[in-house]
Amino acid sequence: MASPAAVSDLPTDHLRGRVGYADRLFKATMFAAAGIVLLVLLCTAAFLIDQGWPALRHYGFFSFLTSSRWAPSDATPKGTHPNPYGILQFAYGTAVTSLIGMVIALPVAVAVALFITEVAPAWMRRPLSYAVDLLAAIPSVVYGFWGIFALLPALHPIVNFLISTLGRIPGVGAVFAGPFFGVSYFAAGLVLAIMVLPIVTAIFREVFATTPIDEKEAARALGLTRWEMLRTALLPRSRSGIVGAGILGLGRAFGETIAVTMVIGNSVLAITTSIFGQGATMSSVIANEFTEAVEPFHLQSLFVVAFWLLVITFVVNVAGRLVVRRTRAGLA
Amino acid sequence: MLAPPRADPTEQVLQSRGGDDGQSGRHVKDVAMTVLLAVVMLATLAVLGWVLVYVAAQGLKYLGPTFFTQNPPGNPSQAGGGFENGIIGSLIIVGMATLFSVPIGVAAAVAIIEYGGRFAAATGFVADVLVGLPSIVIGAFVYVLWVTRFGFSGVAGSIALAIIMLPLIVRATAEMLRLVPVALREAAASLGISRARTIVSVVLPSARAGITTGVMLAVARAMGETAPLLLTALGNQLFVVTNPTKPISTLSLEIFNNAITGFQAAQARAWAGALTLILIVLILFVAARLIGWRLAVTRS
Amino acid sequence: MRLKFSGVVAGALGLAVALAGCGSTSNVSSTTAAAPSGAANVSFGSANQKLCSSSVNTTPNYKNTIGTVSGGASAISGAGSTFAAPMYSDWASAYDKASGVAVAYASIGSGGGVAAIQAETLNFGDSDSGMTPADISAAKGGPILQIPLLLGAVVPTYNLPGIPAGLKFTGNVLGEIFAGKITNWDDPALKALNPGVKLPNMPIAVAHRSDGSGTTNIFTNYLTQTSPTWVSKLGGPSKSTGLTVAWPVGIGGKGNEGVSAVVGQTKGALGYLESDYAISEHLTYGQVENKSGNFIEPCIPSIIPAVDGVTFPPSLNTFLTNGSNANVYPIVGTTYALVYEHQTSRAIAAGLVNFFSWVLSTGQNSNASLYYAPLGSSLQALALAQLKKITVNGQPVAS
Repeated sequence: MASPAAVSDLPTDHLRGRVGYADRLFKATMFAAAGIVLLVLLCTAAFLIDQGWPALRHYGFFSFLTSSRWAPSDATPKGTHPNPYGILQFAYGTAVTSLIGMVIALPVAVAVALFITEVAPAWMRRPLSYAVDLLAAIPSVVYGFWGIFALLPALHPIVNFLISTLGRIPGVGAVFAGPFFGVSYFAAGLVLAIMVLPIVTAIFREVFATTPIDEKEAARALGLTRWEMLRTALLPRSRSGIVGAGILGLGRAFGETIAVTMVIGNSVLAITTSIFGQGATMSSVIANEFTEAVEPFHLQSLFVVAFWLLVITFVVNVAGRLVVRRTRAGLA
Repeated sequence: MLAPPRADPTEQVLQSRGGDDGQSGRHVKDVAMTVLLAVVMLATLAVLGWVLVYVAAQGLKYLGPTFFTQNPPGNPSQAGGGFENGIIGSLIIVGMATLFSVPIGVAAAVAIIEYGGRFAAATGFVADVLVGLPSIVIGAFVYVLWVTRFGFSGVAGSIALAIIMLPLIVRATAEMLRLVPVALREAAASLGISRARTIVSVVLPSARAGITTGVMLAVARAMGETAPLLLTALGNQLFVVTNPTKPISTLSLEIFNNAITGFQAAQARAWAGALTLILIVLILFVAARLIGWRLAVTRS
Repeated sequence: MRLKFSGVVAGALGLAVALAGCGSTSNVSSTTAAAPSGAANVSFGSANQKLCSSSVNTTPNYKNTIGTVSGGASAISGAGSTFAAPMYSDWASAYDKASGVAVAYASIGSGGGVAAIQAETLNFGDSDSGMTPADISAAKGGPILQIPLLLGAVVPTYNLPGIPAGLKFTGNVLGEIFAGKITNWDDPALKALNPGVKLPNMPIAVAHRSDGSGTTNIFTNYLTQTSPTWVSKLGGPSKSTGLTVAWPVGIGGKGNEGVSAVVGQTKGALGYLESDYAISEHLTYGQVENKSGNFIEPCIPSIIPAVDGVTFPPSLNTFLTNGSNANVYPIVGTTYALVYEHQTSRAIAAGLVNFFSWVLSTGQNSNASLYYAPLGSSLQALALAQLKKITVNGQPVAS
């Protein structure tokens, strides 16, 4: 998973003759390829901000983040205030759906990873990990389609129960208020949970596998039950790994597009407080409106959305990688 | 399995944590937690089964040989037709994306592992971050890079997919290169063989199987991508296009376009397409795992 | 092996560097290009049933005053309106049989159709709302002709188990529902319009388009004319009608297909659809009050009078909603083929003239098979006259 350390500077390097022209050309070619990887990231950021620039200049840099009203039809070539392209509700939709997904996926992933690495008999481990990995191989568009026809109908009784119970509580009730039409933040969150589960589980498996065997054996030798061993020897050591995996899963959920677009309801105008209401995410609004953006500053504003999505996922991914990497370094 | 009857300090701590019922309580808790973990595991497998069985059941209703030899009808509400346009388009676009991404990805991994240095390390880190980049953002990037100059096209779609595949290939290759024993490289060096030649004829061939696995998984991922193609390849719902400078449909785009309609005929086509896509991905996935598994066996 | 490998690497790198260079990133216009996208019997209202079952001439056999121009291309392509897509599909296959010319039409939405013709990515576009002078001036290839091809109805479609087709709506009630003011099916306003119908206590799931849509333009134009609540909620008549509006409530679907999916899958849903989409998926739709206060079911006899008393401007670009005839269904629109007046290719120009003159004559006879109405003889003549304006190098193609 991590980018492994280089195996340069061999002790036998001095045995080679002079480094030839072909050798240097080869090395330069390899580094040019590496440069492309860097260039992709830099160019993406540069292109997006460049495309969004006319809108940012027209409406003001922060006006996108302070409004939650996205109404392209209100836009005119001249008018600058209020900004008709508020994107706060998309950030909210991205955050809420991803949080729902992670709240469900994290504990499940911990349990699944523990089961595979610590409980299951040895012969079962590989097939079980493959099965979980398979969840990641199913394409997003299939999850969305399945979500509409299989998941949403199954959700109705459960959600209607939640609305009639949790929805009645004063205050918190607003979060669980009806009506429920199927497509919703909640449905999107559930689909996301299934989609991030294999990714998070894979990292957990790796983190759990790094706990030294002798420590586990020592714990068992002390007479601890398996669960006590897991709780006292394994989980505390893995804490930062779990946090890192959670962050990386969140990053993945932030960017998921097609499946979410199909089950979230595509309501762009304002923040809906109920998780059973319809909304949109930063990625879903781009997928929906990009090729039909004909209003003034519409396309440029979608690039602003894409830029912020890039910034958020970049920060989250860097943070997640650093945490996971530190865990590994600490354990090595 | 009986605990020795002695007053161990750890034991006392554990007993006080476990409550008054002592040993049996601890074991009940242990069993309960094991059962809980097993139940969660089973539930996860059940979700996987639900998705696969549901798609298979729906897809089999319509999937037949003509599905691969016909295009969708112009009027989506009409029954009949297939996704020949999308299947051929997927092969073209993913094939081109593989051609773009594999050499660059492998070369970048060589720079990271075989040469190293600060720049290479930064590349490795960026590759890790690129994996997490939303595919729709990559689509928007390629839109600016290519579509605004040359129009919607299969080429644009394949560039987007290549960028998605690139970090996956870099990571898989880097991991494999690191597994190649240093002794091999040292042996080559002591024979006076140049580093470039060592990499090309010793290191890369011995990592070939592992790299193939990584590439196949990346291809599987690219096969299912939809969002970036909406912004780049655009699709063509009516006929087979093989000219990559024109808008081209893919299997994933056809599934998406047919799935979101209210027409039962279109949905039937989309289910058949979803089943086809899952089967392609499954075959790639299983083949990759088999290669990976054989690799693990031969190595151990 | 070695040579081959480095050759591949070097080649791919060269290509990739060419692609990825962070060169000029500017000069991208905002109007880019096209996008992908995609009945029951009336049990109440006897007067209305009589109207819809009255026989009208749906095969007018309009004369093709242009005839076939020689040297036409063997294939032309276009894209746009999902409203007209079923009809294009039908015309294209009949025209292929009659002439051997292939016409490819992609159902991507009117917004996409306008964008496609502006960017010259296809031979013709199609939109249910005419292009404004500003839209036309943004087109790369000069003035654009707008050719009406059919008349069709936009119908309020609902998913209420146990309730048959034919629920009565007024423009203002529809406006209040789409503005989020009426939120339940047992609202007194709906009950008052439909005495004797057991409307359930069920929240209304409003379904609308998430893409730029001529269907939306036709529907919101009617709401704007009839519902003060709708207009004030949207912030004035300029904002309450258009290809896209700022929907206060509801679930967005992509294309007519997408909205029909939302309505079909959501109990309590109310959406607006081109009538063929509602009928072909067996969705139930209602009657709507017209200017004369009559509740009218959408059907061909109630669509045809929509052009009565309409004065068409030279561009032919106007709304047909809320017509003055006492028996007209009030939410009617047309679809415009969008074609450049000054063509650059003689073959393409002749191909376009031949196809559209066929559509405007023989093609009109099949409109009714998909629940569209023929244009009516006066509008048909105006549309054919548009085609005669097409030129190549300053020379008219049709004489």
